[in-house]
Amino acid sequence: MTTTMTKAAATSAKDLLLSRRSFLRVSATAAGGMIISLYLDLPLAAQEAGQPKPKVYPPDAFVHIKPDGKIVIQVNRLEFGQGVQTSLPMILADEMDADWSQVVAELAPAADVYKDPLFGIQMVGGSGSIAHSFQQYRELGARTRAMLIAAAADQWKVPANQCRTEASVVHGPGGRSVKYADLANAAAQLPVPETVQLKNASDFRLIGKKVRRLDSRPKCDGSLKFGLDLDLPGMKVALVARPPIFGASPKSVDDKAARSIPGVADIFEIPTISKGSAMAVVADKFWTAKQARDRLRIDWDLSKVEHADSVDLFRKYKQLASTKGNVAMARGDDKELDRIAPTSRIVAEYEFPYLAHSPMEPLNTTVRFDGDRAEVWAGSQFQTVDQMAIAEVLGLKPDQITFHTEMAGGGFGRRATPDSHVQREAAAIAKRLKGTPVKLVWTREDDVQGGYYRPMHVHRVEIGIGADGMPAAWRHVVVGQSLTAGTVFASMTIKNGVDESAVEGTSDTHYDIPNFHVSAHHPVVNVPVLWWRSVGHTHNAFVMETLIDELATRAKMDPIAYRGKLLKPDAKKLRGALDLMEEKSAVWRSKLPKGHAVGVACHEAFGTGVACAVDVSIENHRPRMHRVTVAADPGVAVNPLTIESQFQAGVAFGVSQLMAKGAITLKDGHVEQSNFDAYTPPYIADAPVAVDVHIVPSTEKSTGCGEPPVPVISPAVVNALSKLTGKRYRTLPLVTV
Amino acid sequence: METYKLTVNGQPKEVTADPGTPLLWVLREDLKMTGTKYGCGIAACGACTVHVAGIATRSCVVPVSLIGDRPVVTIEGIGQDPVGRAVQDAWVAEDVVQCGYCQSGQIMSAVALLKKTPKPTVTNIEQSMGGNVCRCGTYVRIREAIQTASQQLK
Repeated sequence: MTTTMTKAAATSAKDLLLSRRSFLRVSATAAGGMIISLYLDLPLAAQEAGQPKPKVYPPDAFVHIKPDGKIVIQVNRLEFGQGVQTSLPMILADEMDADWSQVVAELAPAADVYKDPLFGIQMVGGSGSIAHSFQQYRELGARTRAMLIAAAADQWKVPANQCRTEASVVHGPGGRSVKYADLANAAAQLPVPETVQLKNASDFRLIGKKVRRLDSRPKCDGSLKFGLDLDLPGMKVALVARPPIFGASPKSVDDKAARSIPGVADIFEIPTISKGSAMAVVADKFWTAKQARDRLRIDWDLSKVEHADSVDLFRKYKQLASTKGNVAMARGDDKELDRIAPTSRIVAEYEFPYLAHSPMEPLNTTVRFDGDRAEVWAGSQFQTVDQMAIAEVLGLKPDQITFHTEMAGGGFGRRATPDSHVQREAAAIAKRLKGTPVKLVWTREDDVQGGYYRPMHVHRVEIGIGADGMPAAWRHVVVGQSLTAGTVFASMTIKNGVDESAVEGTSDTHYDIPNFHVSAHHPVVNVPVLWWRSVGHTHNAFVMETLIDELATRAKMDPIAYRGKLLKPDAKKLRGALDLMEEKSAVWRSKLPKGHAVGVACHEAFGTGVACAVDVSIENHRPRMHRVTVAADPGVAVNPLTIESQFQAGVAFGVSQLMAKGAITLKDGHVEQSNFDAYTPPYIADAPVAVDVHIVPSTEKSTGCGEPPVPVISPAVVNALSKLTGKRYRTLPLVTV
Repeated sequence: METYKLTVNGQPKEVTADPGTPLLWVLREDLKMTGTKYGCGIAACGACTVHVAGIATRSCVVPVSLIGDRPVVTIEGIGQDPVGRAVQDAWVAEDVVQCGYCQSGQIMSAVALLKKTPKPTVTNIEQSMGGNVCRCGTYVRIREAIQTASQQLK
């Protein structure tokens, strides 16, 4: 998800808050206990128009205090590694003074009450989970606590202000105490307080502490069920033979051999989102379906679709990059560059390939269509969007779809598809097998070849260097497909013909460059594209941070000092991160072994400032990353342990861009890679050996930590390599060092 | 279709399957033991790692017909082994997991390493863990957890 969308959502959030009244409702449950739900009323406009028909919401709960003392907290997001399944309950439990050892987290199903308070749909993206739900979960916890105190005060006939709470117990005057579980039924009868006092930060018991994940043990003993592990009575497994070029359709199909395999239930044609069609194979088990799919003989009609080709595309993109595109940023005089002597100019052209996300758990969705209802199980980043898409395919309304959020094995953006193409496939298949649950599985080959890539890009940058060694003029053209053109998100992210996700991290750079001009071209290509963890920052940070380093080298200045000098005075988060990184890495940077070099980079994404330094040598013609120091300013650090983990692992994810086999390429329309043998993610020896993470102390609002770790590492590594080899690296992946 | 007698986590199991069916899918779909994961199907990611006669094995490429009487141990059973338990505990103590999908395989590879090499060096770790992909990138904590388990087992 893009920074632009985060900004757009922040604007529309105001409208959302104005146009909707949200309130809490409390109810006692049949099984005993208390449920607190957040209900959204009709838009204010409808109320003003005199139609205040209260919408009936299902009794979805955020908190359920069970008679045995367990406190079940609903998480309004997908958990797929980022840690919200622990950190959101921490926020609620802290304000509630719940006994953390009794907290159980559950991933909430699709429902209006679980929509992101800012985005207005249920989703994970833009590194916004904590940023958007911090206040929401605090208030939920505080209201629950206030009601429990009120119930205890009633029982003891004492004023509420003489009660205090700790670890799921209310303590009153005279040494009296009562457990939350024993108050839950009484509390459920009380009105929800309209206003509550939130804790002072100094009273936090969980927020700001290193708290271990709630989902560790079941992920270490094999008991945790991911979406792909779902097993329902009578369930079938479906695989799909998709066209070898996006949007194509079968001319003819011979399925005799496939159908002869025992266990094959059905083989039929389904539409693909790109206006083509594909063959679905449904069988009793995965292996049967795979065997059957392998034996399908399909003659594809490839004549009506564009055959994208990476070599051709790069040639076209480079031509485009030599012309001005739609203006993304225009500051100062664009002619200043031409007045600077050619010897004081840098002209740099960068190439970035398509990248697949390849989450470890292959894509999957299970659907059972019952005629007037359907049930869905999916590890979805976009529950609201996917629920609507499935409803559309099945001819139902979204509220006729029960949508379970399944724990997902990674995603990195891949499970947030505006067109819900995986869910549409699953629904189309389930529709034909009414009453039977069908699990659609994408194989790894399907994933690597299936599109929805980080788009390929060309950047062309011309820089004029001033007498002080600092950039005096900067002309930057970005070429790449738009991520959102043609989707419901277009109006949020495309301005003046520029998809802001293509230029984020460049057009809004925190470097103070007086004459600064950025433009963009968005060619249309027959390859589906999608946001890939940290989105436009993946390539923009690489370009900016390698060029800044080159400028520092030319100016014979220390690269950290150069960045510090060039940062705008108001770039506080980035400067704080840079300063902290400089301090924490000072010792090891001062005594590097022979053959090692240090590379640095800093970049702000999703409101989080990040700086890193990496110790690199060259082993077996590849960069060896011995050590990384990262400093970050994410505002209030809700769970510093999660943040540390996100940064340690996020830099390893960022190394994906540098892998020798780290590119998806197309030849005559066909994707040339099909699995990890040819499209290779970083293995343990490719990733940094050690990463120390330092968080800038802050009382500012929390910002994201899922995506911001990714952009800095690849430019930092390459900056170190440049010191070692004297070469500049402007084409990714890094095929040769 | 053939019938095979397997020993999985010390328990006798009988399955009827096509001889070419990879052990992975027999475990996941016939024996309903879903802790062993499908990641790539070509032995390139290690998510499907189990122990066959004590050797870390990619179950996605081993046909069930080749298992014979060699005992199979999966993530569901490795906790009964002292080294297995120590590794799982170290993984929890070091807060290794993120999405967690690859971690069954990571743990199985780490147990095999520590059984053979109780005090592994950086190189030992990179060699034994070198075929296990963690897409989240939790490698730094995997290294730490292996050392923690090694210490525990002293």
